[in-house]
Amino acid sequence: MTEAATTSPTASAPEAIPMSIVGHLIAVVLLLAFPFVATDFFTFQIGAYTLIMGTISLSLMLLAGYGGMVSLAQMSVAGLAGYMIAIFGTSAGGVALGWPWFLAIPAAVIIGTLLNVVVGLLAIRTEGIFTIVITLAIATALYYFAQQNYDIFNGHSGFSGVAPAHVLWVDWRAPKPFYFLSLAVAALSYAGVLYLSRTPFGLAMQAVRDNPRRMEAIGFNVPAHRIAAYAVAGLIASVAGVLLVWFDGGISPGSISVDRAIKVLIIAVVGGMRHPAGPFLGAILFVLLQNFAIDFVNPERFNTYIGLAFLLVVLVSPDGLLGLIRRLGAAPASGKSLP
Amino acid sequence: MILARRTTLALLLASSALLGYGTAMAADDTIKIGGLATLEGPFTVLGEDGMRGVELAIQQHKGMAGGKKIELVKGSSDASPDSAVKAVRKLVENDGLTLIIGPLSGDEGLAVKDYAKTQPKVTFVNGTSAAQDTTLRDPAPNFFRFTTDGAQWMAGLGTYAFNDKHYKKVATVAEDYSFPYTQVFGFMAEYCKAGGHVVSKSWVPIGNKDYSSVIAAIPADVDAVYVALGGADGVNFLSQYQQAGGTAPLIGGSITADQTVLGSKGATKKAVVGMPSAGPIADAWDNPKWKQFVADYKAAFPKGFPSPSLFAHGYYVSTIALLTALDQVNGDVSDGGAKLRDALAKLELDTPTGKVKLDANRNAVADIFLTEVSEGADGNLYNKVIKVVPQVNQTLGQDPAEFLKLGKVGRDNPACP
Amino acid sequence: MKLFILTFLNGLTLAALYFLVASGFTLVFGLMRNVNLAHGSLYLLGGYIGYEAAAFSNNWFLGVAAGTLAMAIAGVLLQVLVFRWMEGQELRQTLVTIGISIVAADLMLAVWSGNTYQFNPPAWLIGTTQLPIVLAHKPDGTAVLLPYPTYRLFLLAAGLVIGVGLWLFINKTRIGMMIRAGVDDRGMLDASGINVHVVFAIVFAIGAGLAGFAGVVGGTALSIAPGEDVRYLLASLVVVIVGGLGSVTGAALGALIIGLAEQFGLAYFPTYGIVLTFVIMVAALAFRPQGLMGRARV
Repeated sequence: MTEAATTSPTASAPEAIPMSIVGHLIAVVLLLAFPFVATDFFTFQIGAYTLIMGTISLSLMLLAGYGGMVSLAQMSVAGLAGYMIAIFGTSAGGVALGWPWFLAIPAAVIIGTLLNVVVGLLAIRTEGIFTIVITLAIATALYYFAQQNYDIFNGHSGFSGVAPAHVLWVDWRAPKPFYFLSLAVAALSYAGVLYLSRTPFGLAMQAVRDNPRRMEAIGFNVPAHRIAAYAVAGLIASVAGVLLVWFDGGISPGSISVDRAIKVLIIAVVGGMRHPAGPFLGAILFVLLQNFAIDFVNPERFNTYIGLAFLLVVLVSPDGLLGLIRRLGAAPASGKSLP
Repeated sequence: MILARRTTLALLLASSALLGYGTAMAADDTIKIGGLATLEGPFTVLGEDGMRGVELAIQQHKGMAGGKKIELVKGSSDASPDSAVKAVRKLVENDGLTLIIGPLSGDEGLAVKDYAKTQPKVTFVNGTSAAQDTTLRDPAPNFFRFTTDGAQWMAGLGTYAFNDKHYKKVATVAEDYSFPYTQVFGFMAEYCKAGGHVVSKSWVPIGNKDYSSVIAAIPADVDAVYVALGGADGVNFLSQYQQAGGTAPLIGGSITADQTVLGSKGATKKAVVGMPSAGPIADAWDNPKWKQFVADYKAAFPKGFPSPSLFAHGYYVSTIALLTALDQVNGDVSDGGAKLRDALAKLELDTPTGKVKLDANRNAVADIFLTEVSEGADGNLYNKVIKVVPQVNQTLGQDPAEFLKLGKVGRDNPACP
Repeated sequence: MKLFILTFLNGLTLAALYFLVASGFTLVFGLMRNVNLAHGSLYLLGGYIGYEAAAFSNNWFLGVAAGTLAMAIAGVLLQVLVFRWMEGQELRQTLVTIGISIVAADLMLAVWSGNTYQFNPPAWLIGTTQLPIVLAHKPDGTAVLLPYPTYRLFLLAAGLVIGVGLWLFINKTRIGMMIRAGVDDRGMLDASGINVHVVFAIVFAIGAGLAGFAGVVGGTALSIAPGEDVRYLLASLVVVIVGGLGSVTGAALGALIIGLAEQFGLAYFPTYGIVLTFVIMVAALAFRPQGLMGRARV
């Protein structure tokens, strides 16, 4: 199936297929109509949360799929942006500076992006499993720091009482407005990543992923491209992190634990890392399982089912469910381009 | 085939919306109750015992309350506040439940209390979450706690340590988060007042297993060491302390002398025979109602602990409270639960551990047990009762205004070096 | 001063434990570039099996043997059933082993529940030894010696024995020579006619067996409970990364650094000590990605 790829499961570039306008239009219509047919709970806890987790996983997909760098620190970046919202804005439990939203949000996003740039700088000389390991170490260090530090992060208890402001007469925390906000963020990120993958920068990144030495020999600044990728991924994850802290109404170290970081990886892998739609596919499955598995299976064996499902997907289809769907629906003529 | 991909995604999202419908509206002769406990993550075993408490209570009520059949819907969290809120939101907003019992851990309780404020027509009864501020500061009018908080659990221990055991100087070792802060607070509130000195406080990061250096750092001239470590941490500390040649006697926090620690396998736990502690239950209490409760627990759950843990007990009491109140209003929750909540607030319950009633913040006023670890005839360890401290309230008998001035629990609060 | 000595000894003995757990990991990681993130699960499962064997036979040493053997077999199974089909696909191996570890952890939870298990080693192993370090003198002239847990000294001894044994095995035996050749250039090893798969299976058996051994021996020191698998996996990762792939001396060095850092952190700066371990790892990877004793990846 895949050749002996050393760093990523995608030996060849992800989709260079022209956008199917019809497909996207159908998706847009369905996504826009969703909150009007679904209950408030589904709009908020299923719909919006899927979009948020999908966006965070998208940032991982960007780095891993296009860049060949599997970073387990994406959830930490999102979490840090969330913490900054709690600290800069209004919250309960610890320090809250009470800045207005138009100051707190940009500050949080900038800090989150900067963190990922730092992660990139630290991880830049690593590749393959080492990137996974160093980003995992960074994520773990941040988790423990957040748990132990009370002056800034309020330790184990974290923050509560975080909510989006009322802007333009809209309560953005209400299910429908929040859903549309998350949809906008997810759609912009999705479009952005898709567009980026076809720009010279995006193509250069994929080339760096496939053969960094050759790219360096031709004169590309490989480290700069990698750092830039981390910056973009950091931006996406940070914005999603702002939405996440609003969704949860607070944040604690548990939100950025190793467990959560691995869940982001699982979502991206299960969904498929060859196209930006993959992470969202993985996210909806994950969210549905997380909420409704307890009604069907013994909650005590929940993790076994998740683990087995994950194993199945990885063993059967390294390109995730997206790859599976693609292969099932692929026209016979394109057989030679199958993974 | 982008068509297939994007459409699949959108179709999945759409079809999941249909799942939202058809969540059964409760039939008129059934009452659905949501039970939230930590069934995943580090506290899974505790959560399972909590659920056993709920199930036992329902079983003893013959599965009925207020003339209607009870249906238990379980919710699972992993001890983090956001997972608790997600689980409870699903129970309330998707499954349409208006009666919730839970959560288990302190930080979850704070988050669920905040959520409760946004759902005034839902009645929340605490599981075992024992953070002070859940009811002490900024309480929710529809959140009822029939269990005592972590500081209340320490009632009687501080004075006993100073007056009866004559420990003048003590060092504390506890995990570095809110629940142990509350326990140390409860211990020190009495101990410092009685005249004792806490010369060193060791806050150990959660999950740390190797206490050798922590033990080495305990000052040599203390009269006793107060230990508030639970579960695997407690077991590790106790055996390492013994192996390191530690001589100072130990004082135990509530979860250090809980069945989850005493019930573990292995011989080194014998080192704690004689350790005083305090908490909401005492395994070997010679009281007919308590013994009946233990017997019922063992009969219903042969795979449970040798004796019900304080989590089983806490959830049990909370469920009994809810069922009793439901009986009182004849199962009528049609008014958004207002009558039920009135009944709950005024409830005076007779439980296997004595009388329980609520204070103005809807926090429990209940008996606390001062205990000592001892060995039973079958070789297992139990907590023998030294005395029962009656009707302890949340301000530990002190003036409420003075008590609030003591401030929130933390690493350095209180201090009496 | 007493605190310093104790902390130093504690760090040393903890390093021995980490070394035991990580030595197998560094072997497997170094030769087969095989990221076995189920290594922690092997530790825990070895511990549980060893516990059952020891409890059943009332013999602690039998428990040690049982844990080691059981995991060695598990290792061979893993290699033959799983890794053989994914050679070279690092990310896939990572993901598969993560999946295996999630399932394994939950199944172990189902069988052994969340209780903490403690072993029953022979009485001469647990207890206190008086080390020849004088703390003070009693009024009648006799010295007060430093008491130290005997078992931790045993850990140190076990670590040394295993370390030396492993070093000899790798550097002074034929199979060891093949392993070293494989670390340097797997393709050539294959080309020189050696049955690489048998060598791989042997190495995996040793690596997994060591994890099982550590599970029982380490579990006796620090008890076994759910969650230990993740903890020791992270520790093994840190040790191996800091020390360098495929190098036994590197693993020893890495274990020393991490063990000492953790204990000194706990004793002197308990609040942030735990962050220190991971900061060391990040620093090591950032500035010397191949580890202290590893060779630079071309």
